[in-house]
Amino acid sequence: MRVLAAMSGGVDSAVAAALAVEAGHEVVGVHMALSRNRNQFRTGSRGCCSIEDASDARRAADILGIPYYVWDLSEKFEDTVVADFVAEYEAGRTPNPCVRCNEHIKFEALLDKAMALGFDAVATGHYAQVIDRDVIDASGETVTMRELHRSPNDAKDQSYVLAVMGPERLRHAIFPLGGYASKDEVRAEAERRGLSVSNKPDSYDICFVADGDTKGFLRERLGSRPGEVLDTEGNVVGEHDGAYAYTVGQRKGLALGRPAPDGQPRYVLGVSTKDNTVIVGPSELLSVNRIVGDKAVWFAQDILADASLTQEGSDWFAIEGQVRAHGAAIPGRARVVPLAQAVDLMPRGKEEFAEKCTRVEGASESQDHTALVEVELESPLRGVAAGQSIVLFRGTRVVGQATVVASDRHATLTNSAQSAAVSA
Amino acid sequence: MLPAIAKSPPVGRVTLTGQCQIKPLDLIAVKPARISYLDHAATTPMAPAAIEAYAEQLRVVGNPSSLHAAGRRARSVVEAAREELATIYGCRPSEVIFTSGGTEADNLALTGVYRARRAADPQRTRIIISAIEHHAILDPAQALATNEGAHLVVLPVDANGLVDCEALRRELADHAQETALISVMWANNEVGTIQPIRDITALAHQHGVPVHSDAVQAAGHLSLDFAASGLDAMTITAHKVGGPVGVGALIARRELTLAPLLHGGGQERQVRSGTIDAAAIHAWRVAAADLAKNLTQRTTNEQHLRDRLIAGILKSVPDATLRGIDPTGPDAHLRLSSIVHFTFTGCEGDSLIYLLDSHGVQASTGSACQAGIPQPSHVLLAMGLDELTARGALRFSLGASSTQEDIDHVMSVLPLVVERARRAGLATTAPARS
Repeated sequence: MRVLAAMSGGVDSAVAAALAVEAGHEVVGVHMALSRNRNQFRTGSRGCCSIEDASDARRAADILGIPYYVWDLSEKFEDTVVADFVAEYEAGRTPNPCVRCNEHIKFEALLDKAMALGFDAVATGHYAQVIDRDVIDASGETVTMRELHRSPNDAKDQSYVLAVMGPERLRHAIFPLGGYASKDEVRAEAERRGLSVSNKPDSYDICFVADGDTKGFLRERLGSRPGEVLDTEGNVVGEHDGAYAYTVGQRKGLALGRPAPDGQPRYVLGVSTKDNTVIVGPSELLSVNRIVGDKAVWFAQDILADASLTQEGSDWFAIEGQVRAHGAAIPGRARVVPLAQAVDLMPRGKEEFAEKCTRVEGASESQDHTALVEVELESPLRGVAAGQSIVLFRGTRVVGQATVVASDRHATLTNSAQSAAVSA
Repeated sequence: MLPAIAKSPPVGRVTLTGQCQIKPLDLIAVKPARISYLDHAATTPMAPAAIEAYAEQLRVVGNPSSLHAAGRRARSVVEAAREELATIYGCRPSEVIFTSGGTEADNLALTGVYRARRAADPQRTRIIISAIEHHAILDPAQALATNEGAHLVVLPVDANGLVDCEALRRELADHAQETALISVMWANNEVGTIQPIRDITALAHQHGVPVHSDAVQAAGHLSLDFAASGLDAMTITAHKVGGPVGVGALIARRELTLAPLLHGGGQERQVRSGTIDAAAIHAWRVAAADLAKNLTQRTTNEQHLRDRLIAGILKSVPDATLRGIDPTGPDAHLRLSSIVHFTFTGCEGDSLIYLLDSHGVQASTGSACQAGIPQPSHVLLAMGLDELTARGALRFSLGASSTQEDIDHVMSVLPLVVERARRAGLATTAPARS
């Protein structure tokens, strides 16, 4: 195959490219330039967007003996990932820019361009597995289903941030590191091949927030918007400089004038950019066990078929839900609810539905805009914010993913689940 | 929203690997059958005689500034080269100041003349340049504006990339007394438009303003006569004429005062300190002499190939627009014999470069890169193109080693390459948000 290896300049993508070469593919390395003014992005060996990273990628490609190009995707990156990041915070939600980058840049702009130029697949250094499984379809034909699974490397598993790409894009994706159980193994592979990036530190922070100061970055773009911090009774307990800078579950940096009556620490429970208020309260109110998501992407049509999915929605089906890149997956159940009946799912009813569920941004062919997903978990999760992704697993297999629009505590859970929630 | 899949599908063959299981499509040839190097404007192969001369001189020890026999020998090589280069470029030997290349010579001309002229008269703060200069001119000019109080005046160009002399006339009529210098390139490196240097020097000299010209791209394809041009300073470099990378010169009239950029041993009449690279200068001399001897024959060949390639592209690639002077029109003599420059509607330059490269054709978008990212060309924007059109730029530049086979090679792949790049362009320019 003709394979485009996306090379960030880091060790993972360099080894992924090497493995693609050794698998016998015709490989071309491409580094994505995501900022025209590269000094705006992190420098040093921290991210994937500095000039140093571009030259690290170039050196790795040289060592592998493959052609290397830089593609300028900065405009698209600004229009999608950065703009979405700012808009989501402005709307009081908590975006995951790495998810948006996979959705719009790596597995959309880059992949589409690669396909158009005659490549058969894009290889990246992500930790996740692609498994092909033959199934019999309704007409008795054998079809190959492509499944997305967790990496055996729990610490590095990236299936959470990849699920957004959907099954069609997955057909053209290769993750050569999918089977590696540890990062040390990958570093050893890099060293064995003389790739100088073998000791490069991992990148963690948001690449376009140059100094790691997300709040400062947002303030630069959105300005100062002073407002009030309220407790759950509506009492003013402090002030803030812009509700957009607060995230559900946040405890630090609240600078509240009055201590809570019970002396317990208070957390951000919600952000209303409409009223420009931040609501704070005790830890236990952060716990939710019912999550509603939109823009669902499904990888497991067989599981949906088992749940009798029709235009009227589906039955409940068992899943494990995960709301953070490296968070735990909590057992529970999910169902598909058509948009027409979805108002009933929203904790605050019609108003919240209108506010949260009518966005169709960056619609891709895999996303479902006709229904919402309702998820109930057996034990509660803390600090679930709108805008986060919820990824549904069954074992190691990704069933689907959605973007959180609402969450609350649901009374229909079993008693044992509820008592677990209270004690948590 | 749901494809028909039977309930509880039986688990079939499970392949548990990270590798993709997509069946290979028909493989396109991994190694291109032929390589055609058509980026001579970036750098051109060294002349075989220059390589020999280079190696020969590298075997000999000697710093041209040393007073002993070895030093004298090296000095003699340098001075002989200085004399021959002076003959080739129509100047006096003492007007040749060797530098590390074109960029340094351009920086020396801009900064050296600006500082000296301003020191002599503090009101001389204006620097006049054209909108289509190389970054080796644009960036030092910008640095002088940012750091040293220079006022930058940028002359516009017409749709063919020809500098507007009327604008210069008006500017000088109003501000000659405040002007430190003028710098206009002899021939543009992207679209190959040859500038009216004599008109510019005639205008400038009415007002006593010195003129510099970056002649780096012109030197390989035109006969340059510094004295006849009326220029006060001119940049040339070795590696565009078959010499090595890393050596060039600023040719400057003795009357022109230059504040040095590099201070040290006082070489090159105290203007450019640094040990003189005798081997590189010797190799440059050999290459330049070789080119000068064969210039007419080479440019005739280039021009023939250039016109074949232009005609071929216009005939077989839809929506291709030739940029620069029309080689079939009355101003044909104002186009360098070596430059073929097109924009292809709906294509991105980087897609064109990748696809051509994978088919063995080495060309360029023509514009400056930052870490390998093609930027929309300031030259094309100055010629009035919009940014989207400017992104579809592709430059083929010919040289001494170019042949008809190179042109045939390009024509055998270009129509398909453009078609494919257009599809890729559509894939990435579609708006992300509805």
